[in-house]
Amino acid sequence: MEVFRRKTHIDFIGWRRPAIAVSMALNVLTLIALFVSGLNFGLDFTGGTLVELAYEQPADVEQVRRTLTEGGFRDAVVQRYGTTKELMVRLPVHAEGQSAAVSARLVAALRESLGEREVESRPGQAQRCVPAGGGEPRACALQVKRIEFVGPQVGRELAEKGALALILTALGILVYVIFRFEWRFAVGAIAASAHDVLLLFGFYAVTQIEFSLTSLAAILTVLGYSLNDTIVIFDRVRENFRKMRKHAVIEIMNTSLNETLSRTIITGGTTLLTMLALYLYGGDVLSGFALAMIFGVLVGTYSSLFIATPVTLALGITREDMLPPKKEAAADAQP
Amino acid sequence: MNKYPLWKYLIVLIVVALGALYAIPNLFGEDPAIQISATRATKVDAGTLARVEQILGQAKLEFTGTVLDETGAKVRFADTETQIRARDLVQQELGDGYTVALNLLPATPGLLRAIGAEPMYLGLDLRGGVHFLMQVDSRAVLRKASESTADDLRRMFRESRIRYAAVNRLESGAVEAVFREAAERERARELVRKDLRDVEVAESERGSEYVLIARLSETALAEKRRFALEQNMTALRNRVNELGVAEPVIQQQGADRIVVQLPGVQDTAKAKEILGRTATLEIMLVDEEAMSSGASTVPPGSKLYRMRDGRPIVLKNRVIYSGDNIVDSAPGFDSQTSRPIVSITLDARGASINQRVTGENVGRRMAVVYIEIKSEPRLDEQGRPVLDEEGRPVRVSRRVEEVITAPVIRQQLGKRFQIEGLDSTQEANELSLLLRAGALAAPVEIIEERTVGPSLGQENIDQGVKATLLGFATVVIFMVIYYKVFGLIADLALLVNLVLLVAVLSMFQATLTLPGIAGILLTLGMAVDANVLINERIREELRNGNTPQASIHAGYEKAFSAILDGNVTTLIAAMMLFNFGTGPIKGFAVTLSIGILTTMFTAVMCARAMTNLTFGGRKLKTVPV
Repeated sequence: MEVFRRKTHIDFIGWRRPAIAVSMALNVLTLIALFVSGLNFGLDFTGGTLVELAYEQPADVEQVRRTLTEGGFRDAVVQRYGTTKELMVRLPVHAEGQSAAVSARLVAALRESLGEREVESRPGQAQRCVPAGGGEPRACALQVKRIEFVGPQVGRELAEKGALALILTALGILVYVIFRFEWRFAVGAIAASAHDVLLLFGFYAVTQIEFSLTSLAAILTVLGYSLNDTIVIFDRVRENFRKMRKHAVIEIMNTSLNETLSRTIITGGTTLLTMLALYLYGGDVLSGFALAMIFGVLVGTYSSLFIATPVTLALGITREDMLPPKKEAAADAQP
Repeated sequence: MNKYPLWKYLIVLIVVALGALYAIPNLFGEDPAIQISATRATKVDAGTLARVEQILGQAKLEFTGTVLDETGAKVRFADTETQIRARDLVQQELGDGYTVALNLLPATPGLLRAIGAEPMYLGLDLRGGVHFLMQVDSRAVLRKASESTADDLRRMFRESRIRYAAVNRLESGAVEAVFREAAERERARELVRKDLRDVEVAESERGSEYVLIARLSETALAEKRRFALEQNMTALRNRVNELGVAEPVIQQQGADRIVVQLPGVQDTAKAKEILGRTATLEIMLVDEEAMSSGASTVPPGSKLYRMRDGRPIVLKNRVIYSGDNIVDSAPGFDSQTSRPIVSITLDARGASINQRVTGENVGRRMAVVYIEIKSEPRLDEQGRPVLDEEGRPVRVSRRVEEVITAPVIRQQLGKRFQIEGLDSTQEANELSLLLRAGALAAPVEIIEERTVGPSLGQENIDQGVKATLLGFATVVIFMVIYYKVFGLIADLALLVNLVLLVAVLSMFQATLTLPGIAGILLTLGMAVDANVLINERIREELRNGNTPQASIHAGYEKAFSAILDGNVTTLIAAMMLFNFGTGPIKGFAVTLSIGILTTMFTAVMCARAMTNLTFGGRKLKTVPV
């Protein structure tokens, strides 16, 4: 089977002005979205307590709220999560500094309202409780799936480290591409990746998907993917610069983009397939990551085709820039 | 054309075979087991294991295997019922010196275990458990250090009869000494420079007063912080031991943080209570009269204690000084007798008391008592836990007191002294550890806590495996349809890639986390890129009218630089993730990095080997791509 049976002749470079205009507009919209609604920072960044609970019976949210208010957790936010039996409780960081012990008190209060108390559990098994009136231990009607507490100082460090990681990654790649290609290509690659990363931030701002530690991983991965995509095209451009000596630069670039087009689409496709599987079956924790990756792969593919090469072109790349000067000189010097 | 020399096929074959061998353990489940580890003064050795086997044999509790390693002894069982009965029995028989924990051990067949093949280590998000990140209060370390400096200065000035007006601790952690006369300050400065090597001094004038500012040097301060962190880790390790957790992790993170991971623990309240617990040391004098008279009654003002080996010893009730006064302790050798010793450094208060008391009691013995408040379930006569009316096990606090050593005082001692009469270097090491181990050197605060319930852990594994298999299957089917035989080759390479990735993760015992599973899946999705590049190249060469063999050759050759450049850039991103990420993100970065490397190998070398074996050296009319 072949999608592109014949050589394609799409004028990607000819579309550069409208494409860049669209991208600029999208980036501006991203900035507006970031300014207006901002990112929905998760616990990793904001700090606070999150408790994920699974009830045996469908949970009565109102009842849970009342129990928590009576138990002294006035700021608790109770949400349904997944099914009717699952709840998520969030507590903000208190000004006086919140201790991690809060979560244990919170769970104990909820268990008490169900008339059960936790006893020692065994590894690899459900938490076990005994009824208030006494009796044999059994699996608790309220199972704690996850507790997370993050102190406020941790979040700030994470944000700083994340920003540093982004910048250093970009720098590292810049150096590598300058070394292997030429500086104009490096700038083109970074421009395309920056475009993708910004749009991904926009995606988080618009969808209000929680921005957590995993989101940071998604962003860096999209950066890597987008670059990989761009570099493969650049590799072909470099090759064609040496091969197609009589053609104009624009022509060489268009040819390179078309020659690598089927690969670009197919690799994007297989990556999308795996991320789709992760989105559909990977569970709640990873679905956000998978969705961001899907968006990132689409944007990354687009930017490799319409942003990276045109930027390199706009910087005035010529064939001479790509010819290994020393070898030529050495060849000329020979009689 | 398109033939590999034999050695290249052999390399591919050997790597694939080794990969398969080391990936296989992940297919086996886990056996219920108990883990016996030592608390404080005891040690788990072959003798302990023999004892455990004997206990189990007498009770007719069947076990399926035993292991002895640095974390202690482990015994496998066929089912969880036997496991729990064995745990209770062994704990009861071995007593306080040992912790017996429920554990799950990989059910890897012995043959594979013998070559070191073990399954991947599952992170807390996949197996359930608690993760704590603790911050050591370094301001408290600074405060303690400046208190000790101030004490030192006062004592030195007094001893050398230097007249000072005041010694004050400053906000910055420095200490100022105020003098009325410049000459006194000059003497003080000389003294400090000679005796306190770690302290830097500066001078200033304030009205008619002469001020000397003493500040602990940066290196000394860093040393103190490091010491506080180490002592805290030792103390936490001792406390975690009491929880009876199998394979706990206690690690340093950064300059002043400690990570504590307790796999399988669900009762976070109890875990926090025990981690926050204090243990301490007290130094008391031995009541020699009561000991030598051999009377069965203990005189008033004294109390009967037990040594570690169970021998009775009578101590006078007054506490001379406590573990808080011990600043440092280190094992070593006596320079004259070459016998093992433990050298101890006291703070100024401890030193002056020590000086006075030891001066008055030369020839008598001084005892070091280890004191800890333990909370444990109350047991009835049959050794079963007593339950309250609500069915919860009744917990009682018990003060555990144990004399760890009682050396004879040979001369008057001061700030630094050494404990002699130890039998071995081992004992010196343990005693030194104990002296430091009891209390936390500086308060810690939990700044991050993550608990994953065991059901969620299993759910995460199931979903992760399902997503991986599904993603893998769709890519495999697509590639065969799209590239025919070359798609099949790419699929086989992808399968080898998955096997190698799992093998490498297992070999390094890297921790597999949920994001790690995402990393594996992402690797698989992106790994086919290399083969897509190659196959597209082959098609291109064919279109350009090249012969089949030349096209295959050119396909592999020309695609290589793009594969290399593309993967190196992704590798740079993965390494940055590893550098800056914490916990699960690191796991993601590790799988991604290893995945890129295995991809380079499988997509280029394995696929090429398979292509060569299938098509190499033959006359081809067409290429099935």
